[in-house]
Amino acid sequence: MHEVTFLCPKDLQDAVRLYRTTPGCRPLAGGTDLMVMLHARTLRPQPRAVLDIWSLAELKGVRRHSGMLEIGAAESYTGIIRSREAHRHVPALVAAARTIGAAQIQNRGTLGGNLANASPAGDTLPILLAYDAVVVTDRRSIPIDQFFTGYRKTALQPDELITAVRFPQGRDVVFRKVGTRAAQAISKVMMAVSRKPARIAIGSVAEVPLRARGAEAALERGDVDGAIAAVADDIRPIDDVRSTADYRRTVTQNVLRELLSVG
Amino acid sequence: MCTAPLTAVGRSVPRREGADKVTGRARYTDDIAVPGAWYGRTIRSTIARGAIRSLTLDPAFDWSRVVVVSADDIPGENVVQLIRDDQPVLAPNGGEIRHKEEPILLLAAPDRATLEDAASHIHIEYELATPVSDIGSATEVFSTVDIAKGDVASAQREADLVVEREFRVGLQEQLYIEPQGAIAFPEADGTIRVIGSLQCPYYVHRALKRALKLSDQQAVVVQAETGGGFGGKEEYPSIVAVHAALLARKAGRPVRLIYDRHEDLAATTKRHPGVIRHRTGVKEDGTLVFQDIEIVLDGGAYCTLTPVVLSRAAIHAAGAYSCPNVRIRARAVATNTPPNGAFRGFGAPQSLFAAELMVEHVAERLGVSSVDLRRKWMLRLGDTTATGQVLSESVGSELVLDAALKNAPAVRPSDRPTVRRGRGLSLVFHGSGFTGSGEKKLQGTIAFEALADGTFRILTASTEIGQGTKTIFCQLAADALGVGMDKVDLAPQDTSLVPDSGPTVASRTAMIVGRLVQDAATEVKERLKREKAPLRVEKSYIQPDSIHWDETTYRGDAYPVYAWACTIADVDVDMTTGEVRVSDLITAVDCGKALHPVMAEGQIEGGCLQAVGWATIEEIKMQDGGYQNDRLATYLIPTALDAPRIRTILVENPYSRGPFGAKGIGELPMDGPAPAIIAAIHDATGVWLDEIPATPEKVLAACASR
Amino acid sequence: MRFTLNGRTVSLDVVGTRRLLDALREDLHLTGTKEGCGEGECGACSVLIDGEVVDSCLIAVGQVEGREVTTVEGLADGGRLTALQQAFIEHGAAQCGICTPGMLLAAHVLVQQSRQLTADDVREGLAGNLCRCTGYTKIIDAVLSCTK
Repeated sequence: MHEVTFLCPKDLQDAVRLYRTTPGCRPLAGGTDLMVMLHARTLRPQPRAVLDIWSLAELKGVRRHSGMLEIGAAESYTGIIRSREAHRHVPALVAAARTIGAAQIQNRGTLGGNLANASPAGDTLPILLAYDAVVVTDRRSIPIDQFFTGYRKTALQPDELITAVRFPQGRDVVFRKVGTRAAQAISKVMMAVSRKPARIAIGSVAEVPLRARGAEAALERGDVDGAIAAVADDIRPIDDVRSTADYRRTVTQNVLRELLSVG
Repeated sequence: MCTAPLTAVGRSVPRREGADKVTGRARYTDDIAVPGAWYGRTIRSTIARGAIRSLTLDPAFDWSRVVVVSADDIPGENVVQLIRDDQPVLAPNGGEIRHKEEPILLLAAPDRATLEDAASHIHIEYELATPVSDIGSATEVFSTVDIAKGDVASAQREADLVVEREFRVGLQEQLYIEPQGAIAFPEADGTIRVIGSLQCPYYVHRALKRALKLSDQQAVVVQAETGGGFGGKEEYPSIVAVHAALLARKAGRPVRLIYDRHEDLAATTKRHPGVIRHRTGVKEDGTLVFQDIEIVLDGGAYCTLTPVVLSRAAIHAAGAYSCPNVRIRARAVATNTPPNGAFRGFGAPQSLFAAELMVEHVAERLGVSSVDLRRKWMLRLGDTTATGQVLSESVGSELVLDAALKNAPAVRPSDRPTVRRGRGLSLVFHGSGFTGSGEKKLQGTIAFEALADGTFRILTASTEIGQGTKTIFCQLAADALGVGMDKVDLAPQDTSLVPDSGPTVASRTAMIVGRLVQDAATEVKERLKREKAPLRVEKSYIQPDSIHWDETTYRGDAYPVYAWACTIADVDVDMTTGEVRVSDLITAVDCGKALHPVMAEGQIEGGCLQAVGWATIEEIKMQDGGYQNDRLATYLIPTALDAPRIRTILVENPYSRGPFGAKGIGELPMDGPAPAIIAAIHDATGVWLDEIPATPEKVLAACASR
Repeated sequence: MRFTLNGRTVSLDVVGTRRLLDALREDLHLTGTKEGCGEGECGACSVLIDGEVVDSCLIAVGQVEGREVTTVEGLADGGRLTALQQAFIEHGAAQCGICTPGMLLAAHVLVQQSRQLTADDVREGLAGNLCRCTGYTKIIDAVLSCTK
């Protein structure tokens, strides 16, 4: 049984080079998902090396960048929660970050990790979709609504590294996470909504975090009831260990109604 | 008997092992470093029912690097020593498989990588049979209990109103935070010593003797610091210990067998699920005329302790109420799921859940307050229980009801428009100590020594699993002797040193064994007036003449005494999601005497939260005979953010045969919260749920169909 | 690799992907840090890295190179218990004790904060540490007794 090599790049440039040249390499940031899978040996294919990008200064921080708010891919949720800039420009992301896991997970979890893992239940992902965030990599920018291509599949090339996420400013987003308990819960439904422009983004109701296009179209027309009706057809929920398709469908409609009544 | 003022009992002295626990010095099983020890692992069935067609060790692996143990390597009987000899230590080649995760082979290797490598080279083929997946399709019966009082058949004519209802309760995992584990040491003289995480050293001792064909002296069991039990470490550690011992014996070196959480969740015992049907007859004025109750518990694939769990369920099934005509018919059935076993409350939470909700349903039909109805029905001093036991002392029903009501502030409506708030109440009792003649048969024994240096030593097999055994035994001894607590020590829970004071279960440690400690210390004090230390006394439990129990008819004094609790739960129900949050819980508990108030409260609060979890979020879904919720990411228990504010009111209503008046309360807090929460959900939403856990899925569906 | 462990520099020659939890328990023989689930759900393996609470089962030991790690063994100063450890004993916050080391470290971060904490703050701060014995009430009492 082979051991997995630990690669420790000295800067982002070094990381990009190592990632491109090392076969079977996986980037490691906070480790909240990857370390579990590494230890249980459930990753297919089994990685031969991990690339520790947690400490890279270039991937940390919250800052303004050409009219957008930019958050480093390896910045922790705690870092986002503590950032004044994040509070001012992406308050829904800050509030959502506080619902992820608990202190231990918030201290290690990152936007880059949540994106790369691409779980349909990734808690920040509907928030990113509602903000029309842009995923920045070592070579390009990817609009968030083109990022998720299938169950745990993304538009990233095999050797492409996420470096930051950018958010447009001045958008009002509200959200609600429905989990089984108040902390340390993987969501059953996670929804983020923006009125203008109309964005209704939902996690845990399909194989990818998705935008409910039918409901968005209705909302764009100002048809709230139409949006609530349409959202049931926009999603593809399943029965699993956490919940049922029926529950997810009902709650998706209920949560949308609630979010649109306060928003 | 004890005229000196109490200096230890009743005071919240520091926990004996507290400093070790807050500094990381306390040594749990997996913390014990054993040079040269190999790592063990259990190979388990992947099917729920069938037979083993073939066991193949792939020749591509060098098997000389590891040790493999099969049923053929068992020197004694291939039986897990419990009530019935139906459960094998290891399923033999060609033998029957009755559940998923059934142990088939054991492996040990010098390191974990070799162990995993070896495990991946074992191939098992099965003949498949159709599994029995639930109570509805079960045909095999493990045991039955019938309790009859008065005449239900003729009483039916006297009732003005008959209410019928069926209730269901789900599986629950104990979820001690330290998984199961044991380390076995073979010694040159044939002795096998096992150190493990366990509640009952002598259960493990008996299991080792039988499976490994050892004498009393050759089997030695030592309890390591134990990270929670809740019944989950009552009978299961016998399996872990025997497995570790078999590996160590064959390997000729120590072997550590430590479960990870996934294996622990997937393979070890759970609380029995059940279906309970009630028919209750009352007169127009609310007078209780009859209770007709049917209980079916799912025992899983093997008998384990199921008949005793069923017995406790049946005895508590009528609730804390006085009824002239009672019929209770209970049975436990076999299914092809991993065996269910001991869990705090031991059947009583299941049957009391149904009994308490029946009070609510009858009250609703009569149009009266359920609190008033409880006051009318509840057992009081001199009343007779379903088994015909006359309650002659320490009956706290009214005390706890009054105390809880007095301390509950008015419910305020929620300020969130989509949240509805409600309140529910329950009144329960729980028998302290073993059922019926259990204590008489067991004759638990302790030893007590006065040492030459002026200190004293308590020798018992009763274990500390967080509930405070070590501390309260020292408190009891110190006050009985009239010495400071620093003069009293406790011998380690090691079967080569301490007598068998019985298992640490059934709310019996403080009350039954604690009283033996008090009596032994008192006797030593008397003898020291005439004799010199060192001296030693042994004390065994003697059943008082006034306790009568007939096991064949289930008539008589089912328990020496009962502890009582009234619980008030406030819930917020989110109508958008069906989520239930228990915001506040008040529980008044008649504990006889609080030997250590802080520990008593702590044990009650922990039990209440375990019950909150059982009632709301702790759900196990089955798939192909196994549990889908087999990781901590899918089996969810309440976090600090989910836990209600819990307020405990200790009511002291002394019991003459308890130590300084104390009664056992370890299991009682598991009984009351679930029905109170379901009643509170009804209060908030107008919807009655008949099944727990009351998951958001069930709550939302019930609200929608209303 | 080298890091500071409870105030002392330690060096280890192990593969960087080894879990910090295993390095602490098996290589450095500090068994106060417990494994409860191995997937970041229970918090029994909580330690501090540069003063922040993390689950050591989710940390690759290579990631603590040059950093400061604190385990339960590093809380007491010599033989003297911290106020928080003392409060855990007095309030009955430790029962079976298996969650206690991790709980203490999460609580340590809370009581170091300069702001006034409410019971709800404490609940949020401890939500990553499961306890099955206490119902959390006594733990919250103990932490609140040590806050400013």
